[in-house]
Amino acid sequence: MPGTTKHRIETADDGVVTLSLSGRMDLERFGELTPLISTIFDSYTPSSLNVDMAGIDYIDSSGALFIVKLEDEAHARSVPFTLSGLSREKMGILSLIDREALAKPSLAPRERRLNLIEQLGNASIIAVRDMYDIVSFGGELIYEIGHSVTHLRKVRWGDVVTYMKKVGVDGLPIVGLISFLLGLIMAFMSSLQLKQFGANVYVASLVAVAMVRELGPIMTAIIVAGRSGSAFAAEIGTMRVNEEVDALATMGFSPMRFLSIPKVIASLVTVPVLTIFASIFAIMGGLIVGVVGLNLTIFTYIQQTMKAISIFDIVSGLVKSFVFAAAISAVGCQRGFRVRGGAEAVGNATTSAVVTSIFLIIVIDSTFAIILHYIH
Amino acid sequence: MEKGNRTTADPVIKVEGLTVRYGDNTVLDGVDFEVYPGEIFVIMGGSGCGKSTLLKHVIGIETPAEGKIWINGTDTALLDDSELRRLHMGIGMLFQSSALFGSMTIGENVALPLTEFTALPMKDIDSLVRMKLGMVELAGYDNHYPSELSGGMKKRAGIARAMALEPAMLFLDEPSAGLDPVTSAELDLLIRKLNEGTGTTMVIVTHELETIFNISHRIIMLDRDAKGIIAEGDPRVLRTNSQDARVTDFFNRRVTKKKHEGMTT
Repeated sequence: MPGTTKHRIETADDGVVTLSLSGRMDLERFGELTPLISTIFDSYTPSSLNVDMAGIDYIDSSGALFIVKLEDEAHARSVPFTLSGLSREKMGILSLIDREALAKPSLAPRERRLNLIEQLGNASIIAVRDMYDIVSFGGELIYEIGHSVTHLRKVRWGDVVTYMKKVGVDGLPIVGLISFLLGLIMAFMSSLQLKQFGANVYVASLVAVAMVRELGPIMTAIIVAGRSGSAFAAEIGTMRVNEEVDALATMGFSPMRFLSIPKVIASLVTVPVLTIFASIFAIMGGLIVGVVGLNLTIFTYIQQTMKAISIFDIVSGLVKSFVFAAAISAVGCQRGFRVRGGAEAVGNATTSAVVTSIFLIIVIDSTFAIILHYIH
Repeated sequence: MEKGNRTTADPVIKVEGLTVRYGDNTVLDGVDFEVYPGEIFVIMGGSGCGKSTLLKHVIGIETPAEGKIWINGTDTALLDDSELRRLHMGIGMLFQSSALFGSMTIGENVALPLTEFTALPMKDIDSLVRMKLGMVELAGYDNHYPSELSGGMKKRAGIARAMALEPAMLFLDEPSAGLDPVTSAELDLLIRKLNEGTGTTMVIVTHELETIFNISHRIIMLDRDAKGIIAEGDPRVLRTNSQDARVTDFFNRRVTKKKHEGMTT
């Protein structure tokens, strides 16, 4: 913007200081003007101060703030202050400045940072409350599932199919691709070691056992948690923010039955199926390494795979994925229902759904490892 | 403020032949109007008539299908990104939802444009923030978070932030939306006080009749079917003197015959 603030300071013999301002007094000039206050009072020590603003073309509220601060400083030092040359139109801006507001302390003190013990305590309280929420939600969910089993016609089967598509069909490409690459990498890395012992054929066993018993269910569950668990939380969370959940309740629906049951049923059905696909794709990845890199025939590879895995492995893997599905869908819904406030809370719920699901997947998997060890 | 003075001054905003289309759907067709310095100019009309769309085009968030917009005599279509950003710095905007940053305190919200776009020391920024908050009657609320404020306070804080860089123009999108009548009237008074004190040109989008009659100097009324302006001028004159039934119906809150018949049959 053109123009600057020009100032001239004149002193008379009796100590009267006149500050003449001209040009523009705006935000860009504010930084140049404020040091003038201390200059005038410290260097000139006026007996009285006149401010002549006849030459001012433009003044905004920051310019007005300067004048008010100058006047306040004059009052504080008991120096008589006069202001002249400002048109009535431009005086208006001075009336906007609320002097009390400038000195008013904050009504809310800055938040004190909590010390380590307080933070630990807070985190513990949150964790316990969270656990309580999940357990009570789980109980309610089991009750509702029981109700749905006895009232099959009341289940929203249309929604179940929609969610089966969303979780299963739409998730298959990414689950398939990741598992395929996982099988490929596993076979490649293990082949480097096994080759040294001439145990090429055991690459097939290694891939098959690892995928069917452990990695298939876990990888699928983690992908589903990221894709669908988060989507469940976001969907229900958004409905909470928009008061749609309250609308359901006032219309006499059970929001839990209406919103959670289709998602949980769809997950329980599709996650085990996805897990089977994941194992098949991984075995295919391993097969490619076996055939191309280890000179195995397709037949030998498949035969070795079949020999390595038992029905027990397959069933235990599927049972595990079934439990994962229940955990993911329940946590997703619970985090969604817990949303209070606005859009930000929905984002937090989504993140929390994924993190909690993955944590639970690992806990459940460890539990299964111990149980299966004793069963088998 | 005299209308005679305003018409002799150069317009700060000039819109000519503005046409807005979304796909095949024409929302606004050949809209022309001018806004003069220092006035409170209201863009009004019923729901879905394109008020907010018009505002978004004027401030340059969206590009029109046809037509030209001049702000302070500059054709906004000719500006590159950095010039447009500089233009935006001279414009304040209050959004319908206030759009305060939830992770920052009110003070930090107001200080943000000052810390980003000026080289002022923190001490000066702090006193400017206090002044701005005082101007919108929120003195002392600098350490509060937006979530701790009521709707009316959020709007006032939004105005303080919009005015942080001393803009020559302030755009307000439905300032009284979601506010009770008293809070809404308080906000109207504040807008008028700021307009009179700072001389800032205010462009307000609203359908609130109280706001229109209390504070506007001049209005344009948009209509959904006409896809453009059906009335322009002083609302107090238009209310009684307009020959257009759509205009007088709106001002007098009358249900138009067509709609009424539609409802009863």
